[in-house]
Amino acid sequence: MEYFLIIISAIFVNNIVLAQFLGVCPFLGVSNKLSTATGMSGAVCFVITLATVVTYLINQYLLVPFGLDKFMQTIVFILVIAALVQTVEIVLKKISPSLYQALGIFLPLITTNCAVLGVAINVVTKEFSFGGGAAHMMGLGEATVYALATSLGYGLAMILFAGMREHLAANEVPKAFKGLPIAMITVGIMAMAFLGFSGIV
Amino acid sequence: MANKLSLITKGLVKENPTFVLVLGMCPTLATTTSAVNGLEMGLATMFVLILSNIVISLIAPVVPDKVHIPAYIVVIATFVTLLQLLMQAFTPDVYATLGLFIPLIVVNCIVLGRAEAFASKNSVGDSALDGIGIGIGFTLTLTVIGIVREILGSGSIFGWKFIAGDGILAFVMAPGAFLVLGYLMVLFNKLAKK
Repeated sequence: MEYFLIIISAIFVNNIVLAQFLGVCPFLGVSNKLSTATGMSGAVCFVITLATVVTYLINQYLLVPFGLDKFMQTIVFILVIAALVQTVEIVLKKISPSLYQALGIFLPLITTNCAVLGVAINVVTKEFSFGGGAAHMMGLGEATVYALATSLGYGLAMILFAGMREHLAANEVPKAFKGLPIAMITVGIMAMAFLGFSGIV
Repeated sequence: MANKLSLITKGLVKENPTFVLVLGMCPTLATTTSAVNGLEMGLATMFVLILSNIVISLIAPVVPDKVHIPAYIVVIATFVTLLQLLMQAFTPDVYATLGLFIPLIVVNCIVLGRAEAFASKNSVGDSALDGIGIGIGFTLTLTVIGIVREILGSGSIFGWKFIAGDGILAFVMAPGAFLVLGYLMVLFNKLAKK
């Protein structure tokens, strides 16, 4: 039951883009076409989940026991994420060339996606409470589910938005609104729609 | 001299990080719930931007080309950690409000973008000025967005309330951030392209 609440909360109520403003740059950058948005969502999903698990373990068993978590966290996490993205790229190239082809160009971009670092830091520093339960630090299981659900929420928002943007491109808009401004306003309206989910968990 | 001055002023309009370069969207949207919050976030980013620009322009000639991105990221992360510790010590309230977005300056594309595009190719002095210029542009933009959202959302400016009661709450919440930024971009396009 608790995992279910985490999933609903992370996908709909606290959507990572529309409520937490993480990963907005790639969200705006690659949502021009539905196919690229799907590819990016897949890659982000994979990396966020993996990065959160790895950084969680490093924090728990390496940084905290040696008292390094206060001042090494940011540096260690960003380096781990960068190395992880690089490794995933190499492994994927060997094991599944077709998946590598599909995700290929998006993988290197993910290092600077603040959603990855954001979720990794959030999970180890913030206390969460779901469904009225007491606030507590997340365990590894909860953290993994939270990361996966958050990245699914990212994918959902991105794919929905890409679908709308394809229609926007075909329509006539005033000159000053062309491109990003109209996209930004569309996201605003989408965020308002997602606000309707608040309070259900 | 005019050249040096243009390094500082270009961040305001010509290379405005938010409206023209469209970089660093996450803190721009997330921390501008009020004018003061926007201003503080802008100053925090400027601190990192100036210092990392200076150091990167110094080390750029000796860093091998293959590892230059990781090297720059370590430099930036060092200054971000420094900023985190300073803020925790001297301005714990501000640190609590801005929260996650302080460590996330590491992945703010403005900082790495300036390191890559400017600091790695120019002298120390020019890089520092570039950091100041872009930093001022970013701070000013964030403050303006903060002012608009604060007026509409809570009926006050810089914490001074001129309407009793609540404003339009949506402007303090997530949708308002996107809407205000969208319409300000329209306004900027209209004015700047004349």
